[in-house]
Amino acid sequence: MASSSGLEIASIDAGYGAVRVLQGVSLSVPPGQTVVLLGTNGNGKTTLMRSIMGQVRPTAGSIRATLDGQTVDLLGLEPQQVVELGIVLVPEGRRLFPRLSVEQNLRLGAFRATARAKLDENLALCYEMFPRLAERRSQLVGSMSGGEQQMVALGRAVMTAPRILLVDEPSVGLAPILVSRTMEMIALMKERLGLTVLMAEQNFHQAVKIADRGYVIVHGHIEFEGKSAEALQDNELVRQVYLGL
Amino acid sequence: MSATTLTDPRGADRIRHLPFWLGAVGVALAVFLALRLIGNEYGYYAGYFVLQYVVLASAWNILGGYAGYVNFGAAGFLAAGAYTAIFVRKAFGFDLIPGILCAAVVTGLLGLGTGYLTLRLRGVYFSIATLCLAVVLQTLVVNWDYVGGSRGAYVIRPMTIPPFASYGEYIFLVMLALAVITVGIARTVEVSRLGRGLQAIRDNERAAEAVGVPTLRLKLMATALCGALMGVAGAPLPYYSGYLNPDAAFSLAFAVNAIAMPLIGGAGTWAGPVIGAVLLASLQQAATVTISSALNLWIVGWILVIFVTIAPRGILGWFGKR
Repeated sequence: MASSSGLEIASIDAGYGAVRVLQGVSLSVPPGQTVVLLGTNGNGKTTLMRSIMGQVRPTAGSIRATLDGQTVDLLGLEPQQVVELGIVLVPEGRRLFPRLSVEQNLRLGAFRATARAKLDENLALCYEMFPRLAERRSQLVGSMSGGEQQMVALGRAVMTAPRILLVDEPSVGLAPILVSRTMEMIALMKERLGLTVLMAEQNFHQAVKIADRGYVIVHGHIEFEGKSAEALQDNELVRQVYLGL
Repeated sequence: MSATTLTDPRGADRIRHLPFWLGAVGVALAVFLALRLIGNEYGYYAGYFVLQYVVLASAWNILGGYAGYVNFGAAGFLAAGAYTAIFVRKAFGFDLIPGILCAAVVTGLLGLGTGYLTLRLRGVYFSIATLCLAVVLQTLVVNWDYVGGSRGAYVIRPMTIPPFASYGEYIFLVMLALAVITVGIARTVEVSRLGRGLQAIRDNERAAEAVGVPTLRLKLMATALCGALMGVAGAPLPYYSGYLNPDAAFSLAFAVNAIAMPLIGGAGTWAGPVIGAVLLASLQQAATVTISSALNLWIVGWILVIFVTIAPRGILGWFGKR
């Protein structure tokens, strides 16, 4: 399945009250690619994700999505409208519903009309991709391990029938082996659903494994754009910021 | 696909409604027949007292239990329902049943308006806002001469309403029907998408937004429904007591019990408020006739403290049922 959905973000400013977090950030997520947004804490990765979802309102610039050849302006849309278009965020720290079961969490992903029509199909897909979730479908999510919770969070995103997947720091709070597994799961989802992926991450070595291109964000500015994984690995700034060389 | 056999929609999401309604009506009939056999008018009045709390607690649970928005203004909504019944009786000559319907509409709109103004507030700020609503409403009613102001309003009750044996039996049966309907609505909400959306809001509102749950719309539906049902709980009150003044209608007991009963029974389940209401209201009624009516809230306070320490998820939580 080849994706024809992408994102184009042009010089946006965004922040919280008087605090400006993003200043003139431009970023391109071409159809079918996995783009990583690299940056350490407090540089604006999450704010960028929230701006795309409509949870933070940018004060300048534009965010456009191309979905099956049609261009949609995302600015001013409510989060649920953005989800309805086929764009979904797996938030940092997973943000599940701990007192609901695995299956209830998954079903909540299919709340909107378009996703509801494909509920059974996507649920089957979730359980096929993540067999562990099928075993634990009635377990309360709050009682699961971090890695299993990450599967639920990814599965919940699958349930929204997305075409563009945003993942905010999937490595947070996970053991190194699980971070590696999470990257594999994201790659698997991308392949199975024909997704376009934008992932914010601090863990350079893990993220770059699945990346087609990448951006480095420092203090709310895009400091570097790497058109390929190799370009990222060879760059001087990346070496300074991430590899300490 | 190896896992497809696991995707059959399971029982958990295929809830059957008929057995519940048959069971609820059966229980209601049994309660009524038992009271009729006892044949004491007091039984009906005590029964009404308990049932009004079943309605009030179930209504509170829709917003407080599922969505996690703690409403301290239950007395305000209940009194608004009661005073709507008084108003439409005086203005248009409406009797009890149309009065209840009017009360549902008025307090439903009141709930919707309150929700619209306050639901951008979360946690304790929402609770403070609802508390203020009750105070504001009480001030308005005290100064509204048409419905009696601080003097109160009288509803002259007929001795009997055929075909019922007595007026007590009539008002009890009305409240019994309201209780069955309210619990049924609460249960329907719980197993519906609305209920699951509200539970998602309770667990994590921002995450609910991120996966496309229309949080504001669901919360407004919940406040409107919760308000309407609380008004319904209050509408028969002037007909029950024959006289109503602002102090009685806005009583602290309603606000406290509306919260305490679901918490003690098990908030976030339809059965929890019913269990809590039957238990606490019966206890209070027993205390009123045997010890003193002033001890009511004192008892509730103690029970609440005990439950918060040893069974924070209520009676249902204690027995491991969610």
